[in-house]
Amino acid sequence: MTGTSQRDWKSQPPYLDQGYKSTALRAPSQSLVKIDPELAEMTGPAFGNEVVGALDHDLTRNGRVNGEPLGERIVVTGRVLDEYGNLVPNTLIEIWQANAGGRYVHKKDQHDAPLDPNFLGAGRCMTDEQGCYWFYTIRPGAYPWGNHPNAWRPNHIHFSLFGPTIATRLITQMYFPGDPLLAFDPIFESIPKAARNRLVSEFSLDVTEEGFALGYVFDIVLRGTSATPMEVD
Amino acid sequence: MSARQSLSQGHFQSPSQTIGPFFHYGLNPVEANYPHTQIANHCLVSEQTQGERLSLTGRVFDGKGVVVEDALVEIWQANAAGRYRHPNDARSQRALDPHFQGFGRCGTGASDDGRFVFKTIKPGPDQPGNAPFISVTVFMRGLLNHVYTRVYFDDEVDANATDPVLSRTEAGRKVTLLAKCCNTPDGLEYTFDIHMQGEQETVFFDL
Repeated sequence: MTGTSQRDWKSQPPYLDQGYKSTALRAPSQSLVKIDPELAEMTGPAFGNEVVGALDHDLTRNGRVNGEPLGERIVVTGRVLDEYGNLVPNTLIEIWQANAGGRYVHKKDQHDAPLDPNFLGAGRCMTDEQGCYWFYTIRPGAYPWGNHPNAWRPNHIHFSLFGPTIATRLITQMYFPGDPLLAFDPIFESIPKAARNRLVSEFSLDVTEEGFALGYVFDIVLRGTSATPMEVD
Repeated sequence: MSARQSLSQGHFQSPSQTIGPFFHYGLNPVEANYPHTQIANHCLVSEQTQGERLSLTGRVFDGKGVVVEDALVEIWQANAAGRYRHPNDARSQRALDPHFQGFGRCGTGASDDGRFVFKTIKPGPDQPGNAPFISVTVFMRGLLNHVYTRVYFDDEVDANATDPVLSRTEAGRKVTLLAKCCNTPDGLEYTFDIHMQGEQETVFFDL
């Protein structure tokens, strides 16, 4: 009945990573237990336009109080696909990020870069019928963190996706091409080498809006599902 | 070559990355008092929802037994009739409940003691022979891939005894999948603590 593809460990980081210190006490120490996906795992929540506000896809506008946010305006767009090559339409994407100075709105962010009163840094949108999504935002800044001496996170945007079932749930991060910090970032480097560049967006002049914003393309590939609906007990 | 074929070549899973410490204003901002809406919260029920009300609460512990205060917990479950609100569950003899979606989201940082609390109903068994359970997904800083488990109810003794997934679980670890029932003045409460490591390490499934 199920056609859900497995988690591909050649694509996924391990739970325990020597470079990323917080994994030491939080990574499960025992092997994951095999389970045959049942209806619970072959279903999942579906969200529609009712959870997306008119400005939720535009982070340059959804946090304005008394002016425009500071920083470099960008367009981030791409397609959501699954491993089988199917486009994933009408699926919810949530994003959050630091501001141009590398500061999160989060109350516990101790970095002394300034908050921007006109930038929240959170948004969401639905993919369209072709599996495409579209955000306007500000290019996030790099920021220091406590993992090791002189540790800095590369510029990144957090992405959260549902896909059609709870087996396709994905939280990940989008990076920027040519960022020199990528080579020093244990979170990025935790990914198997051959798969890392899948999280680096591509600059695109086609997507760039003249006189307004640079364009970046970031495609996301979820696990594949081809479940047959269950009609009888 | 069809468009479908050309798409299907060279598409590999996007790698997972940690949710990090600062997700709250994006994913559960109402709960954490940020000026943004959220898509789902800790309360899955309204007055009209059918089924036995319960609270599902617990804490997440790291390998040193310290309470994790920056985890995000999501649950997904069938309704009281054992039906999921999803096109893959088209069993019309089990009624959908128009007042129940089945998805909840709660962070562990909103309460003083690092608890998640969901207000929901006990799901019906989703298949003949299955004990009732709730699916749980957990994200946190330090977790590069999320973890997935199922919560069963410790007072469902007979159903649990014959449940296929519980039966296949190593005897000594089965207890980590059972939420403990308690009748409180506020109603039925089940406690389900999640241990990332250690002697009580929760069974996480390879989903």
